[in-house]
Amino acid sequence: MITFEAVCVVAELEPDELERWIHERWVLPESGTAGWVFHEVDVARIRLIKEMRHDLAIDEEAMPVVLRLLDQVYALRRRLKELSAAIDALPPEIRATLLSRLKEPPEC
Amino acid sequence: MATQNPYEALGVRPEASEDEIRNAYRKLAKRFHPDLNPGNKEAEARFKEIASAYDLLSDKDKRARFDRGEIDEAGQERPRAYAYRGFAEGEPGAKYHAAEGIEPEDFDDILAMFGRGARGGPNIRLRGPDRHYSLTVAFLDAINGARRRLTLPDKSLDVTIPAGVRDGHVLRLKEQGGPGLGGGPPGDALIEVRVAPHRFFRREGDDIHLELPVTLGEAVLGGRVTVPTTSGPVAMTIPPGSNTGTALRLKGRGVPRPDGSRGDQYVSLKVMLPEGGDKEFGDFLREWAPKHPYDPRRGMEAP
Repeated sequence: MITFEAVCVVAELEPDELERWIHERWVLPESGTAGWVFHEVDVARIRLIKEMRHDLAIDEEAMPVVLRLLDQVYALRRRLKELSAAIDALPPEIRATLLSRLKEPPEC
Repeated sequence: MATQNPYEALGVRPEASEDEIRNAYRKLAKRFHPDLNPGNKEAEARFKEIASAYDLLSDKDKRARFDRGEIDEAGQERPRAYAYRGFAEGEPGAKYHAAEGIEPEDFDDILAMFGRGARGGPNIRLRGPDRHYSLTVAFLDAINGARRRLTLPDKSLDVTIPAGVRDGHVLRLKEQGGPGLGGGPPGDALIEVRVAPHRFFRREGDDIHLELPVTLGEAVLGGRVTVPTTSGPVAMTIPPGSNTGTALRLKGRGVPRPDGSRGDQYVSLKVMLPEGGDKEFGDFLREWAPKHPYDPRRGMEAP
């Protein structure tokens, strides 16, 4: 659990800027009794957003598109990991069949 | 990772301006940033080079020292604590996924990619998994063949035990295994046959071995006895003067082979004295034995 002030310090961010990101819903902290609280994932995301905005000069207007696509990529990767765990639990024969089929070029 | 000249890593000339260096870094970092390329090791390695080159060249002082040859290009890699991708795929990242309308329970989109009604994608028809079972059969059923019903939780299978089946033989019942996916055929049921041992028959290859107890009279004088075989009792002649260990062969009384022929049955005699002794026989031997000495243990002397 990390406070708003602490995040600004560790991420080297102006409070105004972070507040704007929260209002844009680029970052989703929890609302605690003493204000927003952040988890490690939020801090990592804030650092990434900062890197994209400041170091990579990604336009503020473009950020929602970037984040939306990024979130979809990670959601899909998470699903794929679960799927691959499910595949791992299959009997070896069906797993081998599946893997060999996945290596074949797709039929068009 | 081979350490590269920082100018080469960013693809700029040694006399490049600060702006040129920054732009080069931005362009490459957008392409290779690890958080934007989750799971791509090549991008990650490439980004490390780019970031470390940029760290060196974006610092006027460090760049000047590098240009004068005072420091080498082994730039200290910028510590990347809190790399987002480490969290994003896991449980903590879920709140940002849900915000994009991808529900945790929802596998349909992904499964659709695997061809269930997908347009254009590879259409995967998966054969179902083979299922493994084991079935113990009586010795005589294994020799003579039988039909058995294997009762499983979801179905029962009628299994034909072929005559002569060996212990450990695997019977394959086509398409009686697990169901297929995407219209694929079911797998097979693989049934390993375990043959229970018999009280007195023993199998060796295609032959049956049996130890047959005979009376002293049958052994010494010969005679006809009834012998059990795996296909029922048969009459057999014991030649006079037989002994314990004398082996007799019943041709074609062994295990049936696929070509219709059969192995043999080997009968090993075991001479049995009358139970509880016999006084008359004892009296006879007291007379007979001293006159007919023989040593069944010759050849067994200590070496």
